[in-house]
Amino acid sequence: MGLFGLFLAMFLLVHLTINLLLLCNDGGELFTAASSFMGTNIAIKIFEYVLFGGFFIHIIVGVIITLKNWASRPVGYLVANKSHTSFFSKYMIYTGAIIFIFLILHFMHFFFIKIGWVQVPAGLEKHDFYKMAIALFTNKLYSFVYMAFFIFLGFHLNHAIQSGFQTLGLNHNKYNCTIKKVSLIYSILVAGGFSLVPIYFMFFF
Amino acid sequence: MDLTLKIWRQKNSSSKGKFETYKVNDVSPDSSFFEMLDTLNQQIIEKGNDPVAFDHDCREGICGTCSLYINGRPHGPKRGITTCQLHMRSFKNGDTIVIEPWRAKPFPLVKDLIVDRSALDLIIQAGGYVSVNTGGIPDANAIPIPKMNADLAMDAASCIGCGACVASCANASAMLFVGAKVSQLALLPQGKIEAANRVQKMVAEMDHLGFGNCSNTYACEAECPKEIKVTNIARMNRQFMKAKVCAEKHEAASFGG
Repeated sequence: MGLFGLFLAMFLLVHLTINLLLLCNDGGELFTAASSFMGTNIAIKIFEYVLFGGFFIHIIVGVIITLKNWASRPVGYLVANKSHTSFFSKYMIYTGAIIFIFLILHFMHFFFIKIGWVQVPAGLEKHDFYKMAIALFTNKLYSFVYMAFFIFLGFHLNHAIQSGFQTLGLNHNKYNCTIKKVSLIYSILVAGGFSLVPIYFMFFF
Repeated sequence: MDLTLKIWRQKNSSSKGKFETYKVNDVSPDSSFFEMLDTLNQQIIEKGNDPVAFDHDCREGICGTCSLYINGRPHGPKRGITTCQLHMRSFKNGDTIVIEPWRAKPFPLVKDLIVDRSALDLIIQAGGYVSVNTGGIPDANAIPIPKMNADLAMDAASCIGCGACVASCANASAMLFVGAKVSQLALLPQGKIEAANRVQKMVAEMDHLGFGNCSNTYACEAECPKEIKVTNIARMNRQFMKAKVCAEKHEAASFGG
């Protein structure tokens, strides 16, 4: 769970780097080159299966563990627990479910079109992710929903990174404070970085 | 102090329980929580009714017998103490106090506020033995142990097995308890001999008994009356993974074996 979570968190950085290429004022040349490299390079295509495996295992294991955890307390308390805990840690399954909904939406707009499961929207070519991105991000409703999803991803990541380290036993009094700070900074970086793209297209494009 | 108490009453494990409301008047702020409950029970007995059953023994925070979930927190609102060390000055006149038993599938309810916490003993039993030399008493300095390790082992060994970690955990996980029990031995040379076998068996038993899994909310650390740190959980995770990957075949624990 922790291992696959950290792996997925690292992948987000790769995805963010490519997304930020949309901000280059070059008519999408760099972004298209990067996305076509990602779509055609054999090593990346193999890695795509590893990535989907990572998503699948993380989601399935997360759901199974949560159901098991809920079953561990068949009779609940009248007064909800007031113990001092990190806020986001208690809602990981819910933030995870929200991210999963976004993931499906995201796949409908990009990956499923690429593999032919979803029809290409009218006026767009099959593999033109740049035009697809412009069409989506210039739509204010989509952009705000997109940013809202990334806020939830930020909440999820804020707990996930430090939690992943703890689960793997990588806990050391020298580094604990740094891990917590990195976790917070990383979650802000990812949520903020991904949100920069719709902000750019809505207001500066 | 005049207080209203909402207490879980249940005749036995098979009967249906419910909350009963009681009034207790003229409670001294200097009395302990249990003295307040003793006063309540005296009132109940004088009316010819069945007193509230609750676990208690040493009443000085050592034995780990007391186990009350008070107003949403195991052992009540104060940090680093057991229920028996809680005093009524921690509450205000006119307060309503809700008292519930520990809630977890591996802790079946016995009566009212008493739950059976034998599951924690079963985990320790599953850990097995520690090899020691018989014969004369060895010199205290015969086995060099770093001071830091001795301190960490002592911190872990201060766990009194009350189960507050399980009661506070959103997942009813016993990872802090097991982490402490694994750590207190794994940190010392004497405990290293069976370390790989021990951690695997204790974790397997914990899962088998139906405790939940740790999702690192750290409520356990916040509520532990002995302030055991979650670093013990990380140590157990390290030990467990190391044992699974590196342990010799004969050291691999088969559950029930």
